Amino acid sequence: MADCEKNGAARSAIASEDVDLRAEFAATGLGSILEQLDRDLVGLAPVKQRIREIAALLLVDRVRKRMALSAEAPTLHMSFTGNPGTGKTTVALRMAELLHKLGYVRRGHLVSVTRDDLVGQYIGHTAPKTKEILKKAMGGVLFIDEAYYLHRQENERDYGQEAIEILLQVMENQREDLVVILAGYTARMETFFRSNPGFRSRVAHHIDFPDFSDDELFRIAEMMLAKQNYRLSSCAADALRAYITERMRQPLFANARSIRNALDRARLRQANRHMAADRMVTVADLMTIDAPDILASRVLRRNGSAGPATH
Amino acid sequence: MRITQGTFSFLPDLTDEQIKKQVQYCIDKGWAVNLEFTDDPHPRNTYWEMWGVPMFDTKDASAVMLEFRECRKVYGGRHYIRLSAFDASHGCESVKLSIIVDRPKNEPGFRLQRQESVGRNVSYTTHAYATDRTEGERYRN
Repeated sequence: MADCEKNGAARSAIASEDVDLRAEFAATGLGSILEQLDRDLVGLAPVKQRIREIAALLLVDRVRKRMALSAEAPTLHMSFTGNPGTGKTTVALRMAELLHKLGYVRRGHLVSVTRDDLVGQYIGHTAPKTKEILKKAMGGVLFIDEAYYLHRQENERDYGQEAIEILLQVMENQREDLVVILAGYTARMETFFRSNPGFRSRVAHHIDFPDFSDDELFRIAEMMLAKQNYRLSSCAADALRAYITERMRQPLFANARSIRNALDRARLRQANRHMAADRMVTVADLMTIDAPDILASRVLRRNGSAGPATH
Repeated sequence: MRITQGTFSFLPDLTDEQIKKQVQYCIDKGWAVNLEFTDDPHPRNTYWEMWGVPMFDTKDASAVMLEFRECRKVYGGRHYIRLSAFDASHGCESVKLSIIVDRPKNEPGFRLQRQESVGRNVSYTTHAYATDRTEGERYRN
């Protein structure tokens, strides 16, 4: 009752005062993070959209809190699902920064773990290990990669269950201290959530990372090369486009990660080409990836044939 | 008799919120925070039992508070719980801050014992009434 009155009083006190959400937005420095997100991450439109939505929600929530309109800390635990190489870890890092700017985590660091870091080897080993990690992550974001490995369906005495129970408890009771992000491949995360309903209900935001289109992959390749001070010759660009189209059709395609590996091999071939040529090289030579470096790939040579290609 | 050891011990007991702020101060200084407990209040009892290992790589006070709450669940109200912060920057761990964060409800205090020896010499001993009982039973009502 007293609380009601207090809230009421607070509300009437600021009723006349309007809030400029734009100014509020500028004050947090969120704009620069979202812009950087747009600039650094190619594609991923639905993901960026969701992040903007979450940011807007949190910003409004913060203003509401200041006006004593809401008291509960919102649930911020998230799950990132998507195929390999779609940028889940990269976005998680940004998310930690974003939540820090908004004041929803106090430190803004990201602790990235897998099953190994949480689950022990023998009875009584798991709880202290999990707690240690949780303590480390407090005030920041705990990123659990390939979270479904925590739950081993075939072995009911697996210690993973113990880690899950501790996690769930902390996720519920210490929402203001820690944000947990679970990540993994879509289908397996679905099974994981189905067998651990506790997780599904505690995770507020499910974000699905779509695969990249071939155009987006090409732009990613260009950005990766630019970061390492390489550039593509125009024939090489055409070759790379052909390579991407071909590679996407083949099994074990891991989106941006496959592209990164392909570029690493192209660099290797470029270096070998210059070594074998036995003549003076210019700076431009050292910076340019040429068509042969890409065309030599097995993906293009075995054009049309089935079977996984790794080179 | 209220035991006064470490920082702030002449002030009223700190609230959890105040303790948390102290812990965050320690962490921001780069010190490792440690929890210890004992039921022997003698001032020369320096080495208390450790509650887990010192927390070296926590970034936020809430992690320490989590352990503190756990420790208090077990020993609160019947042991002294001390929070100490260690600074390792000198090359060895040295205590920078030490606060008693939980104490027994009843603190019976000390008896001063005088022993008369040769001549008119007197040697003094302080003896905690609590230690008349066995360990673990001392502050049980």
